[in-house]
Amino acid sequence: MIELDNIAYSYGGGELLSEVSFKLAPGSFHFLTGPSGSGKTTFLKLCYGALTPTAGRVQLFGKDVREMDRDDHAMTRRQIGVVHQDCQFLDHLPVRENVALPLTVSGKDSLEQHSNLKELLTWVGLGHRASALPPELSGGERQRAALARAVIMSPDVVLADEPTGNVDWEMSQRLLQLLVELNKMGKTILIATHDMNLIRAAKHHVQARVLRISGRKLQLAGADL
Amino acid sequence: MSKGLQLSKLIMGDAQADRVVPPTGFTARLTLFAAGAMAFLTVFALALSLASGRLAARWGEELAQSSTLRISAPDEQMAAQTAAALTVLESTPGIASARALSVEEQRNLLAPWFGPDLPLDSLPIPQLIEIVETEEGYDGAGLRLRLQAEVPGAVLDDHNRWRRPLERAAGRLRLLGWVSIGLIGAATAAMITLAANAALAANAQVISVLRLIGAQDSYIARAFVRRFTLRALSGAAIGTALGALAVFLLPSAQDSGGFLTGLGFQGIGWALLALIPPLAGVVAYLATGAAARRTLGELT
Repeated sequence: MIELDNIAYSYGGGELLSEVSFKLAPGSFHFLTGPSGSGKTTFLKLCYGALTPTAGRVQLFGKDVREMDRDDHAMTRRQIGVVHQDCQFLDHLPVRENVALPLTVSGKDSLEQHSNLKELLTWVGLGHRASALPPELSGGERQRAALARAVIMSPDVVLADEPTGNVDWEMSQRLLQLLVELNKMGKTILIATHDMNLIRAAKHHVQARVLRISGRKLQLAGADL
Repeated sequence: MSKGLQLSKLIMGDAQADRVVPPTGFTARLTLFAAGAMAFLTVFALALSLASGRLAARWGEELAQSSTLRISAPDEQMAAQTAAALTVLESTPGIASARALSVEEQRNLLAPWFGPDLPLDSLPIPQLIEIVETEEGYDGAGLRLRLQAEVPGAVLDDHNRWRRPLERAAGRLRLLGWVSIGLIGAATAAMITLAANAALAANAQVISVLRLIGAQDSYIARAFVRRFTLRALSGAAIGTALGALAVFLLPSAQDSGGFLTGLGFQGIGWALLALIPPLAGVVAYLATGAAARRTLGELT
């Protein structure tokens, strides 16, 4: 699925990650933690091919990212749902169309998919906000909309970068619940977060592994939760 | 995706895909204005080129088959020399007809320069003989030798001396018109490229989001290319219509008006105007496509 083999990544003359190996097993649930600037976002970007390692090899669904052209990358992105901390929406389109964007760009914008879209928006609790523009949403609503967009193509993997970074505790629990539900549907989840409370709260709902980036290396942070 | 499918998607459009790129007022107005202004200028360049072509053809056709014989002789010898010249001309192969101009006709020829009250009787005006050639034409050198021997006061003017520079000038003018059209096309492409680059740069965030969710570069490029092509097409249609109206309102062709009053479209020339908007669309399609490919290639 996603495999990092002894990779390193350098940025601005300094090495951010070194000798990192990691294999994301199908159906697994992982947390990735570490201090700010430790390379969590970089690690996630390496996991969906937005960055190419300076050493080592990254394989996405069996393909080496160095051998992938732009179209290959685009097709891979449809198999990996990504939730960014800043969400990244098209502000001129309403929530409904933003969430449906992956369908639009892949030519799967059918009536049936529109029906799924309605269900999906209801599932993330945004059924009543479908016509709102992204700047009109609260932080929690934006994160839920981003999550809906990330899963609308029914990807095998969902990567989330600090999905609870800008929301209150109650909303972070709601988002966690949605991600756990996705995992129970068979999706593979990897969440980068510095919020240890979120990780602790997750142990009541899912069997997750916690990884930690420290000193440019990736470590297993502790026993399985 | 095949070229045919790409073209059909470009023409038919995709309402949802069109909405992905936000409307950008500045580049939209710039493209519309540039395409309109350039199409307007193209109409005039085309009119100039076609009119020059017609002029060159007319000079070539109307004057190529005619010559003039001018007889300068004392009054008492004028009639005899004219008769001798006509005899020579009538017996020359390649000459269809030869006719001495009447006093009235010569007065009419001189009237534009000297006025209608010219006293021809008191002036030593040479006698003019109009010669019409057959399609094969005559041997000019041979005829001059015969005239030199039999009509010493006759000078043969086959119009080549002034017709050729005029034809050359008209040809150059026509070439200038086509070069202008080419330059207008290149300037249109340059302006649309600049506008497309500005739009692509302004929408870097949109492109980033589209890539994040799995949009292929061809999809992103198509959204921009279609928008700019349609803008150029509509701008050029407006510019062409205004240009055609302006040309239509020019004074109609008259002999007394010369070249300027003939600066319009005739017959099939009007149909050529219909090609301007699609050509502007093609220019915009190619220019925006190249700009989009370059920009998307540079964006990581």
